[in-house]
Amino acid sequence: MLTIENVSAGYGTFQALFGVSLEVRAGEAVAVIGPNGAGKTSLLRVISKVISMTGGHIAMEGQSIDEVPSHQIIELGIAHVPEHRRLFPRLTVEENLRMGAFVASARSRYEERLAFVYELFPRMKERRHQLAGTLSGGEQQMCAIGRGLMSGPKLLLLDEPSAGLAPVIVQQVFDLVRRIRQEGYTVLIVEQNIQQVLKVVDRAYLLEVGRIKMSGPAGDLLANDEVRRAYIGL
Amino acid sequence: MEFSLTDPFLWETVIQGLLFGGVLALLSLGLNIIFGVIDVVWICYAELIMLGMYTIFFLYTEYGFPLPVAFAAGIVVVAILGTVLHYLVIRPILHTEPINQLLVTGGVLFFLQGLATMLFSVEFRNLGVSFGSFEAGNMFFPVSRILAFVVSLVAVVGLWVFLKKTYLGTAIRAISQDRDVMPLMGVSPAKIYLVTSALGGGLAGLGACLLVMLYDIHPAIGLTFGPITFMVCVLGGLGNMIGGFIAAFIFAEFIALGGFYAEVEWGYVLAFVFFIVMMFIRPQGILGSRN
Repeated sequence: MLTIENVSAGYGTFQALFGVSLEVRAGEAVAVIGPNGAGKTSLLRVISKVISMTGGHIAMEGQSIDEVPSHQIIELGIAHVPEHRRLFPRLTVEENLRMGAFVASARSRYEERLAFVYELFPRMKERRHQLAGTLSGGEQQMCAIGRGLMSGPKLLLLDEPSAGLAPVIVQQVFDLVRRIRQEGYTVLIVEQNIQQVLKVVDRAYLLEVGRIKMSGPAGDLLANDEVRRAYIGL
Repeated sequence: MEFSLTDPFLWETVIQGLLFGGVLALLSLGLNIIFGVIDVVWICYAELIMLGMYTIFFLYTEYGFPLPVAFAAGIVVVAILGTVLHYLVIRPILHTEPINQLLVTGGVLFFLQGLATMLFSVEFRNLGVSFGSFEAGNMFFPVSRILAFVVSLVAVVGLWVFLKKTYLGTAIRAISQDRDVMPLMGVSPAKIYLVTSALGGGLAGLGACLLVMLYDIHPAIGLTFGPITFMVCVLGGLGNMIGGFIAAFIFAEFIALGGFYAEVEWGYVLAFVFFIVMMFIRPQGILGSRN
């Protein structure tokens, strides 16, 4: 579904990604794991064109997205749930969800998808008239994922959904990811919480200082001594 | 002067103030939405209104268009001017120091004033339309002012509904909270800024429709309404439309009651003194939150 080939990118003179290649197939959940500053967030940002590539190619369902501007990426079926959730704090939960359905193709199915998100996250229905800034961290993550789902994406990009949350809530967030998987969404997730994320995905890539160091089935990486020693602390 | 709550002239004054407050509220709306969304102050806002007034005046008196057509054209012309102002003047310096935006729109103010003087001369012009007056008890109110008040309220409510209920309106509110995340929703910030500028211009154009019924038109009329509109916005909390709405009525009542007990000029003096005092007490404005 998504093919990333030899992509390089950065911010000004700082290069964050060096020739990264990666693939996500339809129906899969894929994780990109790695330490802080490895370039995980940059990788998602380059897919949604928030930062531009300095080299390489990206294709969605065989169609090149190299020249597609950021605000048109969502129309290709890619929804990016950004780092730190980035909800609109002074809009209500429902207004945040409505923003997720802004593109013309999503508006006609707004009611249907809103009902779906509320069914998936009943808490969001209870809080629909509450300002997003007043939600707890876990609820904000639900709202952010819900907002991502409102465009009816084929591929969901999740950037560190567990970051900054209390351990109990982190568990809930991974349950959310599991539920989304069960709904049949294709997911590319970036995480620092390696032990948890490897339990919910099919495959994973290990990213270190902007380069892919290792890749394979999630179970293999979870069992890999090097990964365990360096990132799980066992 | 004796103070009496049964004095019909006092009530007439209070209601006049209310009517004027409605107009000020409308004037503040466009400036506020521009600041709230784009974070730029259009110092030349009232000069856009002035150009709208001239548009209406000439279409109606020189070219013989019906008044409603002239009004509609005035709104459209100023909406286009607002868009052009954003595209040519604001957009290139959007990410520079805020002082640049003040200076450049200040420059546009003098440019437009000078241009209007050259094109239209300093002559005072009047639409020459009388709407008569409305009598209630012993009180008289010009219909033009009542009309202006009603139109203002309808515009305020209409804008609120637009911002609250539509995708575009929601995006306009959202972009002021987090600009950089907007593309991920499929929204182009540049386009939203243009739409917002057209909206701010359109509101200025609507302001022109109301003012042209009430006042003479001349190239410097912007200086009469520009500063007070700006102060209404600042008193309410720049960018906060509800705050601006409240502040408009406070200002208008100061001016009206000042005019009742002394002279209208004293009303302005009192209103400005109140403004200065409030700036010491609550520099962020009545409902403002930023510093």
